Amino acid sequence: MNHWIIAPVVLPALLAPFILMVIRYHLDLQRIFSIAGTAALVLISLVLTGQTLGGDIHVYELGDWPAPFGIVLVLDRLSATMCLLTAVLALAVLLYAVGSKWDERGWHFHPLFQFQLMGVMGAFLTGDAFNLFVFFEVLLIASYGLMIHAGGPVRLRAGLQYVIYNLLGSTLFLFALGTLYAVTGTLNMADLAVRVAELPADQSALLRVGAVLLLLVFCIKAAVLPLHFWLPAAYSNAPAPVAALFAIMTKVGAYSILRMYTLVFGPEVGVTEGLIGTWLLPAAVLTLIIGCIGVLGTRKLGRLAAFGAIASMGTLLIAISVFTPAGTGAAMYYLVHSTLATAMLFLVADLVIERRGNDRIASDVKLPQNGLIASLFFAAAIAMAGMPPLSGFLGKLLVLDATRDAPGAAWIWAAILITSLIMIMGFARAGSLLFWKPFDPSLVEDEPVDHQMPKTGKTAEVVTARAPALPFLATGGLLVALIAMTVLAGPAMNYANATAQQLYQQQDYINAVLGGASE
Amino acid sequence: MSLILLAALPFLGAVFPALLIRAGRDASSGAAGMVTLIAFVGLMTNAPAVMRGEVVTAQLSWLPSLGLNAHFFLDGLGLLFAGLILGIGLLIILYARYYLSREDPMGQFYTYLLLFQGAMVGIVLSDNILLLLVFWELTSLSSFLLIGYWRHLPEGRQGARMALTVTGAGGLAMIGGMLILGNIAGSYDLSVILTQKDAIQASPMYIPALILILLGAFTKSAQFPFHFWLPHAMAAPTPVSAYLHSATMVKAGLFLMARMWPVLAGTDAWFYIVATTGLVTMVTAAVIALFKDDLKALLAFSTVSHLGLITMLLGFGTPYAAVAAVFHIINHATFKAALFMSAGIIDHEAGTRDIKQLGGLRTLMPLTFVMSTIASLSMAGLPPFNGFISKEMMLEQTLHTEWYSNPWIVAVLATVGAMFSAAYSFRYIAHVFLGPKRESYPHSLHDPVPGLWLSPAFLVTLVVVIGLFPATLAEGIVDVAAGAVTGGASGHVHLKLWHGINAPLMMSIVAILVGLLLIWTYARIRGVWDAARRPEAKTMFDAVVRALTGLSRAVTDTLHDGTVTRYAAIFLLFTLGLGWLAWSGGATAAPDRVLLMGNSLTIVGWFCLVGSTACLVAFHRNRLMALVILGVVGLMISMMFNYLSAPDLALTQLSVEVVTIILLLLALNFMPRETPAEGAGLRQVRNVGLAAVGGLGVGGLMYAILSRNPVMESISQYHLDNSYSGGGGTNVVNVILVDFRGYDTFGEIIVLGIAAIVIFAITEAILDGPVRARLLNRKPPEPRAGDTHPLMMVVATRVMMPIALMVAAYIFFRGHNLPGGGFIAGLVAAIAVIMQYMASGFSWAAARQRFPYHGIIGSGVLIAAVTGLGAWFNDLPFLTSAFGYVTIPPLEKFELATAALFDLGVFLAVVGAVMLALESLSRYAWQPGMVSEYPMDINPVRDDGDAEEQEGAQ
Repeated sequence: MNHWIIAPVVLPALLAPFILMVIRYHLDLQRIFSIAGTAALVLISLVLTGQTLGGDIHVYELGDWPAPFGIVLVLDRLSATMCLLTAVLALAVLLYAVGSKWDERGWHFHPLFQFQLMGVMGAFLTGDAFNLFVFFEVLLIASYGLMIHAGGPVRLRAGLQYVIYNLLGSTLFLFALGTLYAVTGTLNMADLAVRVAELPADQSALLRVGAVLLLLVFCIKAAVLPLHFWLPAAYSNAPAPVAALFAIMTKVGAYSILRMYTLVFGPEVGVTEGLIGTWLLPAAVLTLIIGCIGVLGTRKLGRLAAFGAIASMGTLLIAISVFTPAGTGAAMYYLVHSTLATAMLFLVADLVIERRGNDRIASDVKLPQNGLIASLFFAAAIAMAGMPPLSGFLGKLLVLDATRDAPGAAWIWAAILITSLIMIMGFARAGSLLFWKPFDPSLVEDEPVDHQMPKTGKTAEVVTARAPALPFLATGGLLVALIAMTVLAGPAMNYANATAQQLYQQQDYINAVLGGASE
Repeated sequence: MSLILLAALPFLGAVFPALLIRAGRDASSGAAGMVTLIAFVGLMTNAPAVMRGEVVTAQLSWLPSLGLNAHFFLDGLGLLFAGLILGIGLLIILYARYYLSREDPMGQFYTYLLLFQGAMVGIVLSDNILLLLVFWELTSLSSFLLIGYWRHLPEGRQGARMALTVTGAGGLAMIGGMLILGNIAGSYDLSVILTQKDAIQASPMYIPALILILLGAFTKSAQFPFHFWLPHAMAAPTPVSAYLHSATMVKAGLFLMARMWPVLAGTDAWFYIVATTGLVTMVTAAVIALFKDDLKALLAFSTVSHLGLITMLLGFGTPYAAVAAVFHIINHATFKAALFMSAGIIDHEAGTRDIKQLGGLRTLMPLTFVMSTIASLSMAGLPPFNGFISKEMMLEQTLHTEWYSNPWIVAVLATVGAMFSAAYSFRYIAHVFLGPKRESYPHSLHDPVPGLWLSPAFLVTLVVVIGLFPATLAEGIVDVAAGAVTGGASGHVHLKLWHGINAPLMMSIVAILVGLLLIWTYARIRGVWDAARRPEAKTMFDAVVRALTGLSRAVTDTLHDGTVTRYAAIFLLFTLGLGWLAWSGGATAAPDRVLLMGNSLTIVGWFCLVGSTACLVAFHRNRLMALVILGVVGLMISMMFNYLSAPDLALTQLSVEVVTIILLLLALNFMPRETPAEGAGLRQVRNVGLAAVGGLGVGGLMYAILSRNPVMESISQYHLDNSYSGGGGTNVVNVILVDFRGYDTFGEIIVLGIAAIVIFAITEAILDGPVRARLLNRKPPEPRAGDTHPLMMVVATRVMMPIALMVAAYIFFRGHNLPGGGFIAGLVAAIAVIMQYMASGFSWAAARQRFPYHGIIGSGVLIAAVTGLGAWFNDLPFLTSAFGYVTIPPLEKFELATAALFDLGVFLAVVGAVMLALESLSRYAWQPGMVSEYPMDINPVRDDGDAEEQEGAQ
């Protein structure tokens, strides 16, 4: 019995209540346990990834109930990759949160963080559509808690909007699942795939509605235009480490789209033909455009990063929505890249904001440690804008290459290339204002007390005095990961392509789940 | 030296200057110099092979699935450029050491410079065009850093951004072009592409690829109309201008055109685009250069003009023109870098580079005067300097070129360009060095330290000796480089200074004479020029950028202004629209379920439900009323579940309903009693419309589902069949919850637990802020009832508590076989405790609560998880249940199931979550002096002495 598959869910699920019960008043202990647990998650994810390298699909039947009647966990290359990515990102973010003392600015950061990880991991590993809903709920509620960590009126208001919008999504998720269950009578993904393929064409209407509603749910999570409105305020007002962690949250949406719309409603499924990619592709292009426009148009650093995140989701969704193995391979590479890059940008933005005391893009504060932070910002901007030498450029080339034969390829290319320019302009503008332009005292505004800002370290001097190394280490670690992705692009791409291939061998997945033998 | 190492060396070496600056400026510059020198020597070790006509290659696999590989090759063209980049790089490093002042961060400068150098070397050595793109964009980025090096200067920052924007745009266009080109050729390796001329030029994608690639080349090489960034990049320190903006980076575009020449050149499209652009650039920029007073601006436009000249030569598409282009690249690099450096010397020593403030420097700075004069005369195209030879070759070519069947227009325009070129060169000499000495200069003047003049002096020497002995010095390299450009079509090249008296010489003489005339009458011409209105590129560029930024800001801020109602409206309409599209695109059978007739019970229920919903809409602004009506709706739904034979759901719904209403009542306590009006008129119409279509959409979907039989058989039959045999329970709903789908339940109790601790955390965060003061000073909106804790209620709830807990236990234990279970039991138990809070007050109840709710939640989740983990010891998956039947006399046989333990976890999590939420909400109401020692306001035992004792007795 291969219990490794459940470990990424069970470990944080044990750790979080343990922290709550036993050490909720001991911040040091919480930090130790939280970091150790997250590091263990990295190891577990490495083991899981190792298990999928041979191309096997592992199935774990919870409660020992045979599929499709119980809930199954399914481990394939895609889910293993996502788990590993989550764990690595989480470790960096957690180190940052501890180092920057963000975790002590409110209650229950560490339990919520662990619950959040449990939710994300659970969503990546499940092979059951309703269970996916459950884990969407787990990660939504935990993310809400993390988002409003440390409080403040602005953040609470943004958090409320976030939760309202996502509850709309949850409701829609239930409608979609209800519809699918009403038509197919099952919720197991593999079983859904089998039944959808067998569905008589003259009964397709309801199923099509279900398929579209489900896609919309995932599009909300993935921040696809016009369902992205929740993102800018939420991400820019969330505590920076949380925003950085949220880089994986949008990817949950992208993952779900990849999973459900290759396995269940794949490109060769007759009843949903022409229903998915036809509008997802243009929507993704528009997402990219609105993201880049936002990067250029914003006056706040947090929003700069948030719109950068939207833009990267646009690019990712473009690659996904062509639904070819080449596109999916490019998407896999870009997904990993954009998660790390987005997280890094949020962390660097926080390094700046912590020292500035506000998040305006202006030269109204003298910035200590200018050089190092400026270099990190430069690197993060390069990664986000997809300039060489970091992996964003390779990702962009891959996406361009994969969309060569897509309908309207010229438009897609034009959009990707022109938005890159807009993004470069936006980042160059922000960077030169923040790091190059000399301090201009006339710009200093007397602001009302802003509770969003940290209670300590309000002035630059204080921050200089402590300047802990851990935040730089965490940010630098993400940069190292990006560099590694660039240097090892060849092997990484082989892996990504193998992952994509596996997604389009739907029968293997179905056999693994429904074939009976659970290892 | 391996080409890979050669390309990587400057990047690897780039760390040293930044680190060694701590050991002093000499260490820093020395490190940069050493790195460059090693690279240069490394290049030279490959030179003999290249000069023999071989091509040196080095290959490393990088991203083969895309076709992006670290493939390098070194041929004549690459050798020429790499030699220029590294050789002039060395001179620049020496020069910059003495140019930069003590305040400038020198370590950064050399680091950026080496990064740039590496990118340039990478471009010229790349065999793979995608790799070339990587280096191409790197030059844009590193030049951004170098132009903005003096970050305190606004011109520097703006110039850097402008350069990045323009060259970055070109680079992006080139990405598209290269991807198309590679696709046509079937490979991204130049060594393959260069053999595919016919396939490429026959392809329908040739023109798009050509235009996109040329966009990249033109922006980089500052060709009209993209030339405007180059003069503004002059805000950079002069070593940067000399290196990037005259000798190397701006030649990257020329390099690319030369590189692609064998496959792209030779078509009409190539000729008309490239040659015309080059010609226009050459003439326009030469004219503008004449009227620039800033030495560096003059040189910048002159550079643009010469780049145009070379572009035009490449555009001609003939082998001989290509030879001339290659030769002029060398010549321009020597004299222009020397000129920039001497301009830097003047700036450095005189404190200004405004021609109007200079003049008469020949005696004060004799050495600079000599160097500048020689370089200028070469630029003007005077013999015996090297500029003369290549200019003659260019003029010779223009004579053979027809432009739209017009045989003379190119030659005439080229001569005009040469006139102005001569004129501004003369002006550089005449207005700076000649003329009367001034009364005063910003600084005292003298020739600089050797460190500053050695580099330009070396280049000026080259200008002279190449001019005198072209065959000996330049023929070899021009030969192999031109051979690489033309694919060998240029044959063997002969360079010589004197060709006899021929047409090009006549054109040259005319140009020089007119140039002299222009300088002679400069004041008058200048007056005309100054009076004329000219489009100012920077103003236009800035306006465009500002408009773009403004537009972006407007779009972004308008769309994302935080209006949730609009966000939700868009969500609703989008969902409905797509849902409708999906529905109408599919087929469906007619409803096949028989409609049931309603009986009196259902009709009454229906009316209650619809009536209360309608009332909710009508009275929704009164929050208390809305809550009551909401309770009715919930109750009706519970009844409906019950009627439809789902007692578990009914029980759950009922208890959830009670708990939520209590929590909401608590919350309402702190909120205004009325919801503000949502607005009237159109807004209301819109909202009503949205609500109506949303409701109809959901209703329609439900109707469509409910009126049809399932298409496929549901899996639920399995659950019915296996509930007892496999799960040990006869209540299928409960077995599903704790066994079949126990994992879902596990997730949901965690959701509940998280929700509670989030409520707790929000409360803490809010009470930490200024809200606390407001709450403390809060006056209740209306007078409170005098009897906060009524005696009757206190007594009744005390009595009720054990009963309620018994009910909870009963519900819990029967759950596996009959309606009930841990979830419902948890809610009932929570209600039992809540009653105590309500009746006896928060403080009283909390003082008697021994287990913190955090811990109860945690223990619940832990028990559930550990129960699940227990299965591992039997080598079964997580959450596998086990059950057995035990008989302990005198009891009857009963069942023990691990599912019950799991259900206990559920129970605890639910109790903890509900209570923590309640406790958190109650904290808002806390005010000083509220701690009541007695359970009731009217304490029946207060006269009996010690209250503590009485407390304990209870």
